[in-house]
Amino acid sequence: MDRNFFSNLKCRECGKLYAKKAIHVCDFDFGPLEAVYDYAAIRGVLTRQLIESRPQSMWRYRELLPIDGAPTVGTQVGFTPLVKADRLAKALGLRELYVKNDTVNYPTLSFKDRVVSVALSRALELGFEVVACASTGNLANSVAANAASAGLKSYVLIPADLEQGKVLGSLVYGANVIAIHGAYDQVNRLCSEIAGKYGWGFVNVNLRPYYAEGSKTMGFEIAEQLGWRLPRHTIIPMASGSLLTKIHKAYKEFIDLGLVDKAPFSVHGAQATGCAPITHALKRGTDMVKPVAKPQTIAKSLAIGTPADGYYAIHSMNQTGGTAEDCTDEEIVEGIRLLAECEGIFAETAGGVTVACAKKLVAAGHIPADESAVLCITGNGLKTQEAMLNQCGAPRTINPSLREFEDRIYQPDQSAVAH
Amino acid sequence: MPSVLIPTPLRKLTNELDTVEADGATVGEVINNLDKAFPGIRERICDEKGVIRRFVNVFVNGEDVRFLEESATPVAPKDEISIVPAIAGG
Repeated sequence: MDRNFFSNLKCRECGKLYAKKAIHVCDFDFGPLEAVYDYAAIRGVLTRQLIESRPQSMWRYRELLPIDGAPTVGTQVGFTPLVKADRLAKALGLRELYVKNDTVNYPTLSFKDRVVSVALSRALELGFEVVACASTGNLANSVAANAASAGLKSYVLIPADLEQGKVLGSLVYGANVIAIHGAYDQVNRLCSEIAGKYGWGFVNVNLRPYYAEGSKTMGFEIAEQLGWRLPRHTIIPMASGSLLTKIHKAYKEFIDLGLVDKAPFSVHGAQATGCAPITHALKRGTDMVKPVAKPQTIAKSLAIGTPADGYYAIHSMNQTGGTAEDCTDEEIVEGIRLLAECEGIFAETAGGVTVACAKKLVAAGHIPADESAVLCITGNGLKTQEAMLNQCGAPRTINPSLREFEDRIYQPDQSAVAH
Repeated sequence: MPSVLIPTPLRKLTNELDTVEADGATVGEVINNLDKAFPGIRERICDEKGVIRRFVNVFVNGEDVRFLEESATPVAPKDEISIVPAIAGG
């Protein structure tokens, strides 16, 4: 890229402009800082043809991502399949349904590779040698893997009760994995204090303005893969609420840049009932998000009791006519099975939340049967196997004998046996 | 006196100190006394009505005051108060 369109950071609350450093909140009101671009200049450069001519990764939208030079970390991340989900559509009572399948995102099988790719590319530009994060698991895996490949030292801080797959999925890369006695929100607080003390690049603290923008690529890809149009409904799991706000932003940017036609779209949020502060606030008709002190859900990746972007997520849903739902642990397991059995996609618990909440939104009429919808499936089920143990039955074991097979497993209809 | 951990964005007001002490029997009183020592710090943490700002979290010994009694949360002399900007995650 010859030109750099990323100009500043800007406070979302008061609009004060800041230089593009490793800072994440406004000095004055603590409002989150967000990347600002020269859209007028981008409009003259970025076309569908240019994007389509580029490699199939999230970096094909690089004019809309907040780094100065060419990406250096995670250059192959993104452009995951958008699957036309006809069998699931039928099960949910919809006509046109797609699954944005980030269970196969590269390299760590969750959408977090998108945000980490941006955060670490920017960390290198800013001269960091140590990178770190607070994480419910997926972010830790992605920071550990991408830091390893970039030759960066990493520290990942996680709640002590995470799924084994997510713990091992960080340790294997040689990251310093620190398990904290406490919930994610306490891990977050500690990270904020560490970030204030040491010169580390915390992807979701002082690198947050860069990190967060990476989520937009999920929205860009959905629009491009649908043939340069927006889905009428997008259902998005919410932890901090950041992904939902960034998909909303991505759609708006594509409309503003003329890359898709202006058309109504709604973003809907999905949470687990055991930690649903954003959904509950939306349903109460307020933007005051009441934190959840002790999240209780198998969807650990969504168990953030104090969602930093909850306020903005509510505004995104309200502005687009979207709504929010929540679902129980049983419904999450059912959602995982439904997606697996209909589409052959094994999602982690957050994916079960998205499917279960989509089902409720359709049933309640918030997503009409004849309107297009996309489910954002953000992580891989192999990482949260604990949730499905004893939920799918067990293999039936026999000796290697045809007689035993026919006696115990499969009795063909005699008339159907070929002679 | 209770100690208060100061986040990076507020250290310009505390002569770059990351921990300061301030007297008070409640979170609100501590913030008021903090403002006497470091003028201007109160309006950064609280809005015009004295309510803790949307994007600021205040903890007493690691407990979010929104789960306690907000500004009226009692504070003992050995308590540690943390002021932490909200951060994203996952």
